[in-house]
Amino acid sequence: MIDLGIVFSSVLNGLTTGAVYALIALGLTLIYGVLHIINFAHGASLMLALYAVYVLKQHWGIDPYLALPLVVPGMFALGYALQRLIINRASHGKDENILLVTLGLSIVMENAALLFFKSDTRTIDTAYTLTTIAIGPAMIALPKLVAFAGALLVSGALLLIVGKTDLGRAIRAVAREKQGAKLMGINVDHVYAMSFGIGLSCLGAAACFLLPAYYVNPQVGSGFVLVAFTVVVLGGMGSFGGALVGGLLVGVVESLGGLFLGESLGQIGIFVIFIGVLLFRPQGLFGAKV
Amino acid sequence: MTIDIKGGAKDLAGIALFVSLVAIIPLVTDSGVALNFVMMALYAALLSQAWNILGGFGGQFSFGHALFFGTGAYFQAMAQLNMGLNPWVALAIAVAGGSVVGVVVGALSFRYGLKGSYFALVTLAFAEVFRILTLSVPFTGAGVGLMLPLQESFANMQFGSRKGYVYLVLSFVTVALLVTWGLKHSRFGAYLQAIRDNEDSARAIGVNPFNIKLGAIAISGGLMAAGGAFYVQVFQYIDPGIAFGPATSVEALVAAIVGGISTLWGPLLGALVLHVLADITRNMFGQLPGINMVIYGVVLVMIVMFLPRGIGGLGATAKSVWVGVWRKKDGQHE
Repeated sequence: MIDLGIVFSSVLNGLTTGAVYALIALGLTLIYGVLHIINFAHGASLMLALYAVYVLKQHWGIDPYLALPLVVPGMFALGYALQRLIINRASHGKDENILLVTLGLSIVMENAALLFFKSDTRTIDTAYTLTTIAIGPAMIALPKLVAFAGALLVSGALLLIVGKTDLGRAIRAVAREKQGAKLMGINVDHVYAMSFGIGLSCLGAAACFLLPAYYVNPQVGSGFVLVAFTVVVLGGMGSFGGALVGGLLVGVVESLGGLFLGESLGQIGIFVIFIGVLLFRPQGLFGAKV
Repeated sequence: MTIDIKGGAKDLAGIALFVSLVAIIPLVTDSGVALNFVMMALYAALLSQAWNILGGFGGQFSFGHALFFGTGAYFQAMAQLNMGLNPWVALAIAVAGGSVVGVVVGALSFRYGLKGSYFALVTLAFAEVFRILTLSVPFTGAGVGLMLPLQESFANMQFGSRKGYVYLVLSFVTVALLVTWGLKHSRFGAYLQAIRDNEDSARAIGVNPFNIKLGAIAISGGLMAAGGAFYVQVFQYIDPGIAFGPATSVEALVAAIVGGISTLWGPLLGALVLHVLADITRNMFGQLPGINMVIYGVVLVMIVMFLPRGIGGLGATAKSVWVGVWRKKDGQHE
């Protein structure tokens, strides 16, 4: 019989990871919801952000949490430029092209990282890396708790931006009716690039929260890319609430899968969910029928 | 897209010419570098031809063709190691295994109408599931992988020089060329392309999209599995990352897109161009990890941006640009 305390602590751990998944997935779902494209370079972009946090810490001694004001705008600029200069121009209005271009971008990013940083897995040391806090019978690492709170805060901020600001209104207008938005004087190309930028800045925030308790190597993104897609598909493509709930759910499933099936087989739970949802309910648990 | 059911003699002559030209290479050179180049280029072409059948002619973009490659590779190795079968028998099992996995994945995906990005993602996820499974179960050698004992002989499908492997992979490529030729000039191929161009109208004229797509994925999976089996015979080693990792899926897809999808020669042209590029970069930068793939990625983006029909479609692209310019200049003319 498995000790309930272990299960409880596993669920808590899953929730903390899940919050970061949710944040990553929010970026992906925003890009999908507005541009109606699947950003295949999402995982690779996260990997770049993780390296940025790593370099800032190792070379300039900047604490990952204090790096937020640097990495988040940096990722925003990257996303804006990628969409405006490459993705938009290469799409020729076809979805397959965008899929291929973002795939090409992810190949370039991953292998450029391999060139510069070699394939070594790198971690950073902070004063709080090994600090743990007791919650009931469970011990949770402090960076994970910070990540949980931070991811929820950033997600809330994102919802506010999309829901309450003029930019958010423009984004929602373009997502719903591109032609109409254009007629109302909205610069659609600009809104597209803004959405892509905001999507990638979610990754910047996620990277700052992740790295103190995680690692980075050139392939780290490919693990996250399928997880992020799973979350987005589970929550319904383009649904913010769905991404939040989906992220937490996937985090818990992964954690419990690891507990019951072992480290390597545990991940399979995620992919089974992914394939299952894609096959039987592609609109997601909360999404409208496609 | 014109579909020419009766013709095709010209294409057949082209295939015969190509195969005999390549077959001469091992007779006139002993250079290990040259033979290795030919072998690897043909091998890359084979993977790309396999992808092109489903992705090009069928219009179903798979991002996880490594699924079939890895299945073929593992079946090839396991049939010999665990069941003691002859490699030629193993090859038949490997190809059949690739087709069966294709049919199962296809049946699931097409049954529920997965298309476009969704299909790409689900194939990727299946490849990942297979990678984790082979990592976790003991009879695939888990993370250590499987190693074939070195026993060079024709009966063992292991050759002392690259020459034997060049002929082996050339025969696979020839089969793939003939299959593609068949797609171009058969009713089945016409149906497949009709479904790709417009599934609803294809259905309306009585084509069953489900069965036709299933046929395409079975052929594509079988050929890809032959590529996996070839890999095992050449390198005598396979592990989960090589077998089901994303690199093979990407290579197969990029070569087809670079050369020109849903054409007979596109995958070969693309594989050749990419391998020449890879050799040039190796000479320029030395053996840096990742540099090849950076080039592949850049080439992929540039091709999609500027040459949507691939290098093979250069003529057609140039023509349409020219006609566009001409029309603009001349106004009314058709």
